[in-house]
Amino acid sequence: MKMNKNYNYAFIDEGSKREIRRTILKAVAIPGYQVPFGSRELPIGRGWGTGGIQITLSLIGPEDVLKVIDQGSDESVNAVNIKKFVGLCTDVKTTVKTGEATIIQTRHRIPETPLRNDQILVLQVPIPEPLRIVEASEEKTKKMHAERDYAPMWLLLYESLIRYGKITIGTEYPLMVEDRYVMNPSPIPKFDNPKLKDSECLYLFGAGREKKIYAIPPHTFAESLAFDDVPFEKESFKGKRCRLCGSEDTYLDELFDSATGERMYQCSDTSYCMEVRGCI
Amino acid sequence: MYLDEKPVLRVENLTMRYGRGCPHCMESLEKNRCKVCKTVWALNDISIELFPGEVLGIVGESGSGKSTLMKSLYFDIEPSSGGAYLRDYKDGGVNIWSASAAERRAIKNNMMGMVYQNPVLGLRMDFSSASNIAEKIIAAGGRNAGRMTERAAELLDAMEILPSRMSEAPKNFSGGMQQRVQLSKALANNPSLLLLDEVTTGLDLSVQAKVLDLIRKIRARYGVSILLVSHDLAVIRMLADRTIVMLDGKIIERGLTDQILEDPQHEYTQQLVHSLI
Repeated sequence: MKMNKNYNYAFIDEGSKREIRRTILKAVAIPGYQVPFGSRELPIGRGWGTGGIQITLSLIGPEDVLKVIDQGSDESVNAVNIKKFVGLCTDVKTTVKTGEATIIQTRHRIPETPLRNDQILVLQVPIPEPLRIVEASEEKTKKMHAERDYAPMWLLLYESLIRYGKITIGTEYPLMVEDRYVMNPSPIPKFDNPKLKDSECLYLFGAGREKKIYAIPPHTFAESLAFDDVPFEKESFKGKRCRLCGSEDTYLDELFDSATGERMYQCSDTSYCMEVRGCI
Repeated sequence: MYLDEKPVLRVENLTMRYGRGCPHCMESLEKNRCKVCKTVWALNDISIELFPGEVLGIVGESGSGKSTLMKSLYFDIEPSSGGAYLRDYKDGGVNIWSASAAERRAIKNNMMGMVYQNPVLGLRMDFSSASNIAEKIIAAGGRNAGRMTERAAELLDAMEILPSRMSEAPKNFSGGMQQRVQLSKALANNPSLLLLDEVTTGLDLSVQAKVLDLIRKIRARYGVSILLVSHDLAVIRMLADRTIVMLDGKIIERGLTDQILEDPQHEYTQQLVHSLI
């Protein structure tokens, strides 16, 4: 896409970008803490990734290579439109290869390919507050974070154990960051939670509608909540494999053929699947 | 009960007022309301001591300040002035109302248990009974799910609720059962102080008797000190070693329960005792 010179570089004005970068620095300095920021208007509706886009736009420069994925796919409507928008207001290259990208903006997945310390993963977050599920009041959740009062969240996990014999939270599984803040990892499957712990790359989380930015810097201790005697368990795809590339250790989407009644599995991370097959 | 031991709880000059107060308040009170500034003195200079293993009854009519006293002690409301000292908190040397929010949580969850008149205030009605009990243990830092479940089963069994019903929510239980779940929750961390606020009010007589019997057993089994609020002298007579009579936010009479019931001194207490007979 050709850059439109009528826009400021990366759309947002430089003062706003600086403010967002300062917010990011604060978020990196206090891992897991939700830093408020003045979320800007964008030509995209709130709730469609505006938090992540603002982070991406405030960090991106001519040397960067951008990858955008939505639920693991590079070709979904959300990912394609964000790439088009960034292409209109910057001159950066885009890619589908995880290894080539310097900034990866994502919704609901972390790529299967391990990330390096020269890469930044930006996650779009609808509800940044992990305690919202147990407490409706923002004032109270702020106090709970300040006082490190996470008992209601633990109680929710325990209730799940009592009722169903296991913890049934599938996505947005809460993490304890550096033994201080409970954090919402955005709606990634809990399969991806371990990737956030002691990682090489910087993870940035942006919630445009809720006006919050938070971060997990490299080599941060971000542990999924688990009881002493009930360890954290991610989704298991034991005995299943990707129908295209044959991978057995990736997060798999289940496909159902209503005509034949057949169930098939396929890598959720499409570019990883294509790389394994040698298609890209 | 050992009156020569250090008290489990000491309350000194506790005052709770609703309104700004004025210099004329004390001499112009009509019941507990100042005629000049309309300030309500819900608790007026209350001082009590509760000794190890003792049951201290607090009796009085509606609006006399009994529940306000309990809620102040359990940090549900902030008193206007006064101090409360728990033997288990800094050896009784520091006022619990000067504690930080985190310390207050620790006091509430480790050193005290509360049973409210209305179970909705004390229980999460949609959560299982086991979770209601575990809530206290979790709040006190417990992170072993198996041990919490064992403790919940043990306490429910002691309260004569089948442990097999621990996954059921209290909203499906009868009023008496809900009170017994509250008692289990209050005892989860072996507190030294139990606050019971009108625990039998609204229950029918046979259920009342069962709950009262359980409270007696709890006292014998766990050696816990109990502050028991009731407007029902029959309940007080059955359980309390000593009794305090409150009226309009003030203590008007105190003494051994038998002494209060046999030989009431204050006119209001006499009316109360006569109404019982």
